[in-house]
Amino acid sequence: MSRRRSLHLAAGLLLVAVVVGGVLLSYLWLPFAPDDTSGGRLAPPGGDHLLGTDKLGRDLFTQLLIGGRIAIGTALGAVTVGGVLGVSFGLVAGFATRWLDDAAAVLLDILIAFPTLLLAMLIVAGAGASLATAVIAIGLAMAAVVARLTRVLVKQILARDYITAARVAGISWPRIVVSHVLPNIAPTVSVNLALQAGLAVLAEASLSYLGLGTPPPNASWGRMLYEAQATVLVAPVAALAPGIALVALVIGVNLTADGLRDFTDPRRSR
Amino acid sequence: MSLLTVDGLTVRNGTGTALVDDVSFSVAPGDRTGLIGESGSGKSLTALAVLGLLPPGLTASGSILLDGADMIRAPRGHGQVAAIVFQEPLTALDPLMTAGRQIAAPIRRFRGLRGAALRSAVAEALAEVHLTDADRIARSYPHQLSGGQRQRVAIAMAIACRPKLLIADEPTTALDVTVQAEILDLLDRIVTTRGTALLFITHDLPVAAKVVRDTHVMRHGRIVESGPILDLVSHPQHEYTRTLVDSARRFDAALKRTGRDS
Repeated sequence: MSRRRSLHLAAGLLLVAVVVGGVLLSYLWLPFAPDDTSGGRLAPPGGDHLLGTDKLGRDLFTQLLIGGRIAIGTALGAVTVGGVLGVSFGLVAGFATRWLDDAAAVLLDILIAFPTLLLAMLIVAGAGASLATAVIAIGLAMAAVVARLTRVLVKQILARDYITAARVAGISWPRIVVSHVLPNIAPTVSVNLALQAGLAVLAEASLSYLGLGTPPPNASWGRMLYEAQATVLVAPVAALAPGIALVALVIGVNLTADGLRDFTDPRRSR
Repeated sequence: MSLLTVDGLTVRNGTGTALVDDVSFSVAPGDRTGLIGESGSGKSLTALAVLGLLPPGLTASGSILLDGADMIRAPRGHGQVAAIVFQEPLTALDPLMTAGRQIAAPIRRFRGLRGAALRSAVAEALAEVHLTDADRIARSYPHQLSGGQRQRVAIAMAIACRPKLLIADEPTTALDVTVQAEILDLLDRIVTTRGTALLFITHDLPVAAKVVRDTHVMRHGRIVESGPILDLVSHPQHEYTRTLVDSARRFDAALKRTGRDS
């Protein structure tokens, strides 16, 4: 394993650990109650309020910690939805032949042609803005990408001689899928899911920024950015803090995905 | 009663082009038959059709009787009847599975062995293909083995269930020359001691001449000439067979010349 890659993994895991640590901390202890406005409006950073307060007088650090819950929750939720749906559909499409295969490929291409955000906005418009809708919408968009990747990988694996050898040896299809197909697609799919997790965090922040994600009063980093927009010249920290938190988490997740790629390659790690 | 009878086998792709055209031959128990031809002559497709494993989109007609089973209309579990060794040992083994586990899979399936009995069967299979240090090999992943070792593992896997017919599809093409000779030797010995029938597929006439008795020369999906391989080499009837023999001779001559020069 190259040193650069292991550096990526270490740096990525560190960034993710800081965010996850903050989230875990928020369940045990918060500096202020989320709706405590006793600090006065737009207090500058320092003193009791580590990052100051927002225009309603709520503690920004508290908001930031709670926003982390939503970011991490979205990432996990969307990856679960996208991973389960995407891999299942991709597996079926990978085994399909002739017109069924063509139909699956066209369907996936159409789904992927929709920008994630647009697809999510459509779903949110239909089902109403809530965190759950946002997560499901992002997960569905992710599922299409994951399914296309899985489909191609499955087709590649199925063309390998060891699959033919297994069939000659009379091994059943379910067994072939479990012992040959899934392990061989797992490294690529899991690295892709990790990358998608970063994109999911960004997508949720964008939806919340547009008012289509987490409804108030729950703090989401995207909504914090939107609310800080009007006062950005007076209180820049209110905009910088969620922005930096977002970037840190997304870069952390991407670096981790990058480092994972090497970890999952048997030629390097064993 | 022959072990394998192929009669009028025709394989067509989706657009109706015949990739294998009216091929007939048979293999008796313990017999060694060669299928010789260039790339795209349909020899590997013939082998896959015999196993009932044509790639999707291809359809076979005619008849294939393998040990009494109709492999076109009602393909049934092979394993104990027929097994196959492929050209490229790297893709013939799952890169994420140890050699031992890959050999164990068909043994568990067909001989129902478990635990210690299974482990000793795997060790036995490895010894049979002359892999010493069986413990280490069984625990190795394909990328940790050399090309020759990989091909031996693939052979061990194929013969683990004592098939009556072993299909070898260009088993030495991806190996270097010294290893080629060893693998041919090994196949020869296994087939002789077990009385296994061998269907040997190659584009290499000299290689075929080492292991095969009767052979069929294929070109553009058809069998153009059949007979004992020694006759084919000394008196090729078909023009294509003659080309094959001539080019093999020229290659030999060229080898000898370079040998003298150096």
